[in-house]
Amino acid sequence: MDAGAVAGQLLVGLSRAMILFVVSAGLTLVLGVLRVPNVFHGSLYMTGAFVAWTVAEAFRGHPAGMWVGLAVAPFATAAVGLLVERLLLARLYHREHLMLILFTFGVMLILNDLVKMAWGPTYRSLVPPPSLQGAVSVLGVALPRFNLVLLGAGPLVAVALWLFAHRTRVGKLARAAATDRDMVGVLGVDVSRVFALAFTVGCFLAGLGGALVAPTTSITLGMDHTLLVESFLIVIVGGLGNLWGALAGSLLFGLTQSLGLLVWPQFAIAFPYAVTAAVLLVRPTGLTRSAW
Amino acid sequence: MVSARAALVLLVAALAAAPAWLPPFYVYLVALCLVTGLLAMSLNLVLGYGGLYQFHHAVFYGIGAYTAAVGITRLDWPAWLALLAGPVSAAAAGLVIGSFCVRLSRLYFGMLQLSLGSFVWIVALRWYPVTGGDNGIHGIPLPAGLQTLGGAYVFVLVTVACSLAALWLVVRSPFGLTLQAIRDNPQRAHVMGVDVRGHQLAAMVLAAFFAGVAGVLYVVLERSVFPNMLFWVLSLEILVMCLLGGWFTFPGPMVGAALVVALRTLVGRYTEYWTLVLGLLLILLIFFLPEGIMGEVGRRLRPRPVQEPARAPRPGGLHA
Repeated sequence: MDAGAVAGQLLVGLSRAMILFVVSAGLTLVLGVLRVPNVFHGSLYMTGAFVAWTVAEAFRGHPAGMWVGLAVAPFATAAVGLLVERLLLARLYHREHLMLILFTFGVMLILNDLVKMAWGPTYRSLVPPPSLQGAVSVLGVALPRFNLVLLGAGPLVAVALWLFAHRTRVGKLARAAATDRDMVGVLGVDVSRVFALAFTVGCFLAGLGGALVAPTTSITLGMDHTLLVESFLIVIVGGLGNLWGALAGSLLFGLTQSLGLLVWPQFAIAFPYAVTAAVLLVRPTGLTRSAW
Repeated sequence: MVSARAALVLLVAALAAAPAWLPPFYVYLVALCLVTGLLAMSLNLVLGYGGLYQFHHAVFYGIGAYTAAVGITRLDWPAWLALLAGPVSAAAAGLVIGSFCVRLSRLYFGMLQLSLGSFVWIVALRWYPVTGGDNGIHGIPLPAGLQTLGGAYVFVLVTVACSLAALWLVVRSPFGLTLQAIRDNPQRAHVMGVDVRGHQLAAMVLAAFFAGVAGVLYVVLERSVFPNMLFWVLSLEILVMCLLGGWFTFPGPMVGAALVVALRTLVGRYTEYWTLVLGLLLILLIFFLPEGIMGEVGRRLRPRPVQEPARAPRPGGLHA
């Protein structure tokens, strides 16, 4: 095991961590504000990937196709999220917690079959534009060029979300509602609209994650299944509702998995789970302070 | 109550005689309903009676089934010993996963269980030499009495009946009542000197044991195991069964499981989009029948809500 291989795996793990972060940031935002673990978050991630592929295909190989796909997909999933929230979920906020979770499961079942109807069970792949194909040498390690986009997107999303939560009025309201929704309501704020916005932003990030992953992997039914469980885990390890916790959890997850490939390839996928269990033994409520 | 008891006796008699008057496919279907029903009822011990967010119950079902399958095909254990080992190892897994989870509050509990369970799923999926990986294990040889559908059916029926009787006794025992007291108000139970986590852990081990029994029965019925048996989607499906039947009633989950299994078979004849139908059904239930079928039946039969102590407090109310 030489240093080059380790550095290479570190960069691959970092790229993976960025995708995980984009997706789990959306999940943790919804968890923090609405206190609902959105089970159809993974379905929106898958939908985002398929939408990005369809848009890119419509450009018939023009290099701009992928970028337009990347831009359109998050808005498509945000629209789905907003629709579901306003039409159905908003009517359930007064109900017991388990019902909300099961509701999002019902939406997941429906969405997954709709994706199956729309795109079918075949594998799709999104080819990045020529300028992003091939490999680039970073610190003497060959890295797929597209991973540079991923490595840039993660910090960008983190900064944007931080600005949203700390510098905008609605972001501050969302944080306040996460702490004490009743008090925010008493102060004359329509909490339901804050919830709708937080939910929509969360769904936007799911779609963005899907669109970002699309050029790096085969797009297929079921790509949402392991991702959802992974992002659940990341959010727990990080501390429910905490943005920086999601970042820490994503890094932990992506890096242990990619470095695990060097140690024991067959079970590399299991390493993050073992590390998570170890972290939770020491700190049962995650690495950072939960937003609740 | 006399009429309920008579109905129960009639039902058991009809089920016992099923192979005599039903075509083989329906005998198989009834057995599958019973196995899935036992799985859902074991979940309800911790979900409905314990108020715990048991989000990944299928893991224990899968561990029970895989233990039996691996014991018979890979380790050359005597078949009966392997069938007995299934529930025991499921209970052991319940102890391990449970001792991680009971330290946490509701939502953390559920999500952590989902994650730990997924770890087990990955092991089943990747450990090819032992579990057969994504192919699973098929054509598991069974002891002499269980090789025909009739034999398997009788074994399933008797085992499910005994398990349900045991679950009924657990629910009615001081332990079961304490568990319900914890569900309704954990703080008060704690202040009264009840070992809250100990009771919850014990309930998880018991529930895992009976899920393991269901897993072993599945092996007896199908002679195969596959990784999807411990995939989290199945866990959520069992939750739906409990909701559909009514999780504040004892027989509710069995009714829900039977309906879902029957519906899946029926819908599967016309369309491949079964999960779409299940999703729509789930959302309709949440909006229009939140107490499930048996809960609704119970309310119609007894209009005075005072007599239903289980209705007021619910899992995941304001304390979530």
